Amino acid sequence: MSEIPHLLVHEHADNVGVVVVEGLTAGTDMLVCVTHDNSTFRLTSHADVPIGHKVALKDLKAGDTAMKYGEDIGKIIADIPQGHHVHTHNCKTKRW
Amino acid sequence: MSKYSNITVHAYRRENGRVGVRNHVVILPVDDISNAACEAVANNVKGTLAIPHAYGRLQFGADLDLHFRTMIGTGANPNVAAVVVIGIEPGWTKRIADGIRATGKPVAEFSIEQNGDFETIRRASWAAKEFVHLTSEYQREECSISELWVSTKCGESDTTTGLGSCPTVGNMYDKLLPEGITGFFGETSEITGAEHICKERAINEEVGERWYKMWKAYQDDVIFAHQTDDLSDSQPTKGNIEGGLTTIEEKALGNLEKIGRTSRYIDILEPAEAPQSGNGLYFMDSSSAAAECVTLMAAGGAVIHTFPTGQGNVVGNPIVPVIKITANPRTVRTMSEHVDVDVSGILRREMTIDEAGDELIEMIRRTANGRNTAAEALGHREFSMTKLYRSA
Repeated sequence: MSEIPHLLVHEHADNVGVVVVEGLTAGTDMLVCVTHDNSTFRLTSHADVPIGHKVALKDLKAGDTAMKYGEDIGKIIADIPQGHHVHTHNCKTKRW
Repeated sequence: MSKYSNITVHAYRRENGRVGVRNHVVILPVDDISNAACEAVANNVKGTLAIPHAYGRLQFGADLDLHFRTMIGTGANPNVAAVVVIGIEPGWTKRIADGIRATGKPVAEFSIEQNGDFETIRRASWAAKEFVHLTSEYQREECSISELWVSTKCGESDTTTGLGSCPTVGNMYDKLLPEGITGFFGETSEITGAEHICKERAINEEVGERWYKMWKAYQDDVIFAHQTDDLSDSQPTKGNIEGGLTTIEEKALGNLEKIGRTSRYIDILEPAEAPQSGNGLYFMDSSSAAAECVTLMAAGGAVIHTFPTGQGNVVGNPIVPVIKITANPRTVRTMSEHVDVDVSGILRREMTIDEAGDELIEMIRRTANGRNTAAEALGHREFSMTKLYRSA
């Protein structure tokens, strides 16, 4: 891959991806790589998101399930438009 | 035969046939109040290592059993050549010394009551000095990499651990377990959210059911019995959250990447219990706190620990070299003195998991041969015993 990806996604079933570059700013035309098969697509970020933090791959609604590794990683508790930051303020565990 | 079958290391073969990669003379306190005497002996005799700790008085039941298992297992570890045991009274001191003696290694024991610190330190220093002379002449010999017992536990995890450093460890296990190494993974609380996957990774249904029962007991008896909230800031930790992990489920799925794609665990271990079912991968019921978990696995007999980190956990262990692996480029940039294996190329898609696994295997080989890890060079010797409940 000649261009370094901004965002990595584990599986095609996932609805969130991980920022893997430092200093990502809103409005970046991100290269997204799905690690399962190294396929790529592009997505625009709509927030400044720190390295390691998640971005919504599509519009998510409160009550939706956040998917990563192709698995359930928790519930969305506030609407999150595509390209925005997904973290503890809008996503919670279904356990504990 | 694979390309991993012929890898050899130069290591210490102990009296019981196990292979160690370090040659420590340990001064081991039975209890907290014997720490001072042990530290004095270690100060008198260079080339020895005191392992002070906080417990060992008025414990009972399963908690006392765990104390003895941890003490005996630490002394029995093949990275330890000889042990001086010091306790406040002779009874429990002898119990621990005899437990270590079963390995065949040299052990001397001393107790403080009716002697005082001065006389105990004097006598124990003579014994320690003899052990240093004896063991410093021990030679490394050629051993197969398959004879190593290699543990894993990750710490200060973030989303990069699940993408890079944990799959690197998993790839190593997928390659070396078929060669005959013995592996350990654990972190009982941190499987929550991936328990359905972990249960299926047992060698058979019976082991999977036993694993699930153990995991469920932890949930019911520890988490649900003591929780006051959703464990925010504890599991995931503050550091995990800073690194981008949002929920325990997300953390658990990344954690489980450490057992790779094909590896299956063959049995379940109590905390600090040594494997008894032959070569293969074991799940040890253990805390997810780094120093506690590494201490328990070392007491179980692991001689090298592979430690993926995201945000930069700096943990080490007194007797077991801890190899740090990170995929987080910010951690490589800001904390490189703690990093043994940099796999941040995985995030840039410049390095495959297969290549990263090979790099880790090479670092295991070098570490077994004597290369000091970052944690060893920086003096990280965290020894943290797990305590199950309040003392009597």
